[in-house]
Amino acid sequence: MTGSLHINGTELQTSFRGNELLLDVLRNLGCTEVKEGCREGACGSCLVLLDGVLVNSCQVLAASALGREITTVKGLGSFHEPHPIQEAFVETGAVQCGFCTPGMVLATFALLKKNPKPEEAEIRHALDGNLCRCTGYVKIIEAVKMAAERMARHG
Amino acid sequence: MAEKHGQRTHVGRSLTKNDSLALATAQERFTADYPLDNPLHCAILYSPHAHAEITSLDTEEAQVLPGVVDILSYKNVPRILHTSAGQGYPEPSPYDAVLFDNRLRYVGDRVALVAAETVDIAREALQKIRVEYNVLEPLLDRRRAMDDGVPRLHGGEDHVKIPVAYEPEKNLAAEVQIAFGDLDEGFSQAEFIEEQDYSLPAASHCAMEPHAALAYIDERGRLVIVSTTQVPFHARRIVSKLIELPLHWIRVIKPRIGGGFGGKQEVILEPLVGLVAWGNQRPARLVLSRREVFVSTRTRHAADLHMKIGAAKDGSITGLQMDCLLDAGGYATHSLTVLSNVGAKVLPLFNKIENISFHGRSVYTNLPVSGAYRGYGATQGYFAFNQQIDAVARWAAQDMVEFCKRWHIREGETSGVFKALGEGKEGVSQVVHSCALSQCLDRGARAIEWKKKRGKQIRVGEDKVKGVGLAVAMQGSGIPLIDMAAASMKMNENGSFNLHIGATDIGTGSDTVLAQIAAEVLKVPIEKIVVLSSDTDLTPFDVGAYASSTTYVSGQAVKACAGKIADQILETAAALLETKQENLVIESESVRDLKTKQTISYEEIATSATYNRDQYQIQAQASYTCEESPPPFIAQFAEVDVDTKTGRIEVVRFVSAADCGQPINPVLAEGQIEGAVVNGISYALWEEYRYDADGRMTNPRFWDYKIFTARDTPEIQTILIPTEEPSGPFGAKSIGEVAINGPAPAIANAIYDAVGVRIRDLPITPEKVWRGLCNIEHTEASASGSGEAETGRASSP
Repeated sequence: MTGSLHINGTELQTSFRGNELLLDVLRNLGCTEVKEGCREGACGSCLVLLDGVLVNSCQVLAASALGREITTVKGLGSFHEPHPIQEAFVETGAVQCGFCTPGMVLATFALLKKNPKPEEAEIRHALDGNLCRCTGYVKIIEAVKMAAERMARHG
Repeated sequence: MAEKHGQRTHVGRSLTKNDSLALATAQERFTADYPLDNPLHCAILYSPHAHAEITSLDTEEAQVLPGVVDILSYKNVPRILHTSAGQGYPEPSPYDAVLFDNRLRYVGDRVALVAAETVDIAREALQKIRVEYNVLEPLLDRRRAMDDGVPRLHGGEDHVKIPVAYEPEKNLAAEVQIAFGDLDEGFSQAEFIEEQDYSLPAASHCAMEPHAALAYIDERGRLVIVSTTQVPFHARRIVSKLIELPLHWIRVIKPRIGGGFGGKQEVILEPLVGLVAWGNQRPARLVLSRREVFVSTRTRHAADLHMKIGAAKDGSITGLQMDCLLDAGGYATHSLTVLSNVGAKVLPLFNKIENISFHGRSVYTNLPVSGAYRGYGATQGYFAFNQQIDAVARWAAQDMVEFCKRWHIREGETSGVFKALGEGKEGVSQVVHSCALSQCLDRGARAIEWKKKRGKQIRVGEDKVKGVGLAVAMQGSGIPLIDMAAASMKMNENGSFNLHIGATDIGTGSDTVLAQIAAEVLKVPIEKIVVLSSDTDLTPFDVGAYASSTTYVSGQAVKACAGKIADQILETAAALLETKQENLVIESESVRDLKTKQTISYEEIATSATYNRDQYQIQAQASYTCEESPPPFIAQFAEVDVDTKTGRIEVVRFVSAADCGQPINPVLAEGQIEGAVVNGISYALWEEYRYDADGRMTNPRFWDYKIFTARDTPEIQTILIPTEEPSGPFGAKSIGEVAINGPAPAIANAIYDAVGVRIRDLPITPEKVWRGLCNIEHTEASASGSGEAETGRASSP
């Protein structure tokens, strides 16, 4: 099927099979910031925001994303203009191998949008769908706290 | 030399990792993210049987499927014996594998590979390959592997031996034996004997990035491989052998790697994409699924340990016997060296024990292949060791913290084990020059409130009881006289530098740590050091990321290299300032004349050297091979709440106090500890390979093989206690592995402290604790009464 995907504010005409996963279509379109860690919705590496809602793109058919707004981690910030969440991940040492980071950053973004001042338990709950084997989550939780503080301060 | 002057300004600082912003904004690329021009997509057919012979393999139907380009199997791939272990050469692992065999040794062993125009076509073609198997009886129980009449996996002429104990006719993949003193005499002096069996399951590294490899032919016809490897130089060597292409025709590039933990210290996919790309003169791509990572890559060695410790009335240890049986799985990669490390990284810790024996065997089974995994045998050994020590200290009515302080190795001391047991052969004698384990024990005990909680069985809520437990451990820093690392560096005319290192950053931050070491020598911000690592064409050799070697071994190569650059800078500055070199010191990006107070900037020096006067390229290279392997030390404390009704265990706090020498980058060092701790807790409580009766893994997915998330993770506290290791770069040792050794035994000891139940087999499930609570009187009786029992498994000292 063909249609347009709205990815990070850009509309892309594309064609794909009806049973193709959003994850595969995004990666084939060059959005390799969406990582594949398990392909069964268990690790959170492939998270994207679909109309602002956090979804594992390996659990979504590309067809169902047609006409909806898809945000990947690249939609939040860039190397030269990083999002405060991305900066906080860098500064706290929350990025080790960095493979889980796009998903972690998006999960943090979704959390802080709903709940700008989360308690630590709420942070841990919000990151429950994201696996990381490098950090032990300690510095990731610090990063979320730092980002929340800064975003609250600067609106 | 520059570093004599002033304080350290660039090491010991928690600078942000030089790739972290690019990673956080997803600018960086991992292997599977690389675009390839019209690649062939590879898919692999795996053995459904634990043990079988292929009697017929018919690829005709698959071959004619439109889009199928190539099919590899034992029928058309040269039979070249090798090991997939990414180790130094010659590898201390037997050459017992070929890329495709007609004999299959585990569920997940490779049968065939299809290369096609799309992944879907490749997978469809796999379904069309007709294979007939003669299913053989599998050997699934390692404890029976050397019995008469059990199936044999290897043997005949079909292996290349290594010059150590290796008897495939008996399924014996490796054997190690050492002894000191007189064990019988030692045990006869004992008033208390603790003799127990311990068991640990296979586990997956669970690096978030699955294994992947790409290959293409470059503009001059050479083969380029991009892969998720911890060992790019070993990968090049092994690929060269397996696809029979000269080494210099192959280039291996390591991009960003999504975690390794030992799982990517294996050369598995690189030869396959190499064969496809070379054979078809087209790019090839192979990305594993998570399921494939579980069943077809590598695991931690499952292990059984038998330990016996004798103690005199005052708690003095009179003898220690450790026997170990490792499950190699279908092939013996890393089996000898992991086995050696079970003893080599554990026994020197309590170096005052005079009577010791260690006997280990690693055996083949028809189960997934074991390999390198963070901790590398020490994790298995310390699980048993620390529970034994807890039992002995308790019997002697001594506090375990004080007990460990009394027995652990100290600065200026040695252990005969260092010399007796190395990486698969005799080791290297060494004296410990830095050890703060006693301080680690004190600081960690304070942080966990040991005195307030130990032995108090504090009730928390109706049915929960609190306990605290301790484990101590050491590791090494590189493999002495084997590991070699090299660095090269040049200075650009604006006073910046390029640092080229073979060292392999797999997410650890070694690119940053090594830049900090160079920055310290040259007194330059790390932003002015452009790091390029792990490209076999562009960087000098390094063994790779394993054996806790990068900071210590590669760090010394970088330090020496930067020192040579500093000398050239000073020499050029002396000419420009018309003074003697000994009057000059390096300061912040400049050189100062101590007599005239005149300074000249790096930019001026480099510009002059490049363009103006006696021109030359300021550049240097250096190599380093370590002569010893100074151990980092750690004391780890678990606080657990045990539900006495259900056996449910909650780890509420976990404290690690570590001596890694001088941490070059404290936040990165903490990150290594924190990651290892949570991996260790997850292994202690949840993780294991489960098999059905036919040897098929039943839980190869994250929904069934659960690992800890942020929500499961307890409060983690990490304390670094710096020491100055004289043999290390700026006093550094290592920190990559040691922290995974303590969680399981510390938790087991804490559970015992809470409710008196000993769990000696991982994972520590609520059911096991609950059963222990039900049988508590029986458990207590057998633990104290087993002293006289001999099991007959003891090796004679």
